[in-house]
Amino acid sequence: MKELSLNILDIVQNSISAQATLVKILLAETEDTLRITIEDDGKGMTPEFLATVMDPFSTTRKTRKVGMGIPLFKLAAEQTGGELTLSSKTREMSPEDHGTVISAFFHKDHMDFTPLGDVVSTLVSLIQGCPDVDILFEHSLPGGDLVHLDTREMREALGDEIPLNSFEVLEWARESLNEQYGF
Amino acid sequence: MKSLEELAAIRNKMKDKVALREKEGDIRIVVGMATCGIAAGARPVLNAFVEEVSKQHADNATVTQTGCIGMCRLEPIVEVFEGGKERVTYVKVKPAMVPRIVKEHILGGRPITEYTIGAAE
Repeated sequence: MKELSLNILDIVQNSISAQATLVKILLAETEDTLRITIEDDGKGMTPEFLATVMDPFSTTRKTRKVGMGIPLFKLAAEQTGGELTLSSKTREMSPEDHGTVISAFFHKDHMDFTPLGDVVSTLVSLIQGCPDVDILFEHSLPGGDLVHLDTREMREALGDEIPLNSFEVLEWARESLNEQYGF
Repeated sequence: MKSLEELAAIRNKMKDKVALREKEGDIRIVVGMATCGIAAGARPVLNAFVEEVSKQHADNATVTQTGCIGMCRLEPIVEVFEGGKERVTYVKVKPAMVPRIVKEHILGGRPITEYTIGAAE
């Protein structure tokens, strides 16, 4: 992937396939490090599946036997001297608190660091594709500012009749994020 | 900063429009958004379709996303489904191709053969 924001888009599709109702995308950035954490309340993975999920020859998909999403994200972290950690609880293991947490740590000053890229387009694409799933996005910037988007707040302001993937609403989300980033 | 009050204003403005749209949408534009599609450039293609459908007022169309279509080497892939017609599959789609697809196919009813899988194979 050319941008880490594309890895984020890809990984969150797993959360949506796992019937998550809320996905948290949390970015913590300093001058020389970046941590990306993606946390969902989906159905989770069994310990057996978790053990094989880093392997590119493991997947839940039926059309093709190779699942590259997590291995690619892991590679992007490890090639900067960072790491990727993964934990998951199924409904059976933990009925009250199930889901998956993926956390990747990057050294930004490493020459093999992939830039974060257009994270705003990733968020707009996610809201467009899954208007019924809630997304909390927080990006704490090196200077200490926080960029924030919460679709639950948007939903409250919009009421039930306007879907989150209406063009006007997607544009609002894009402009809101661009303004917070100072674009 | 953009405020949530602006969303309330969008809500009031759109109430009637939404009901109308739900009735009319009979063309589905489906963009493949699995790992293979995303890596090949599906994200800007998706956003171009969302923008062009709105800009050209193609109110008869909805843009949706799907997983791997099974022909990863031809990604980004976009499929167009229309009631009573055969599915049209566009391959190796670039954002620059999107305005023409919306204008000539979605609005004009004429698929662009040179962008389809038949031409690529």
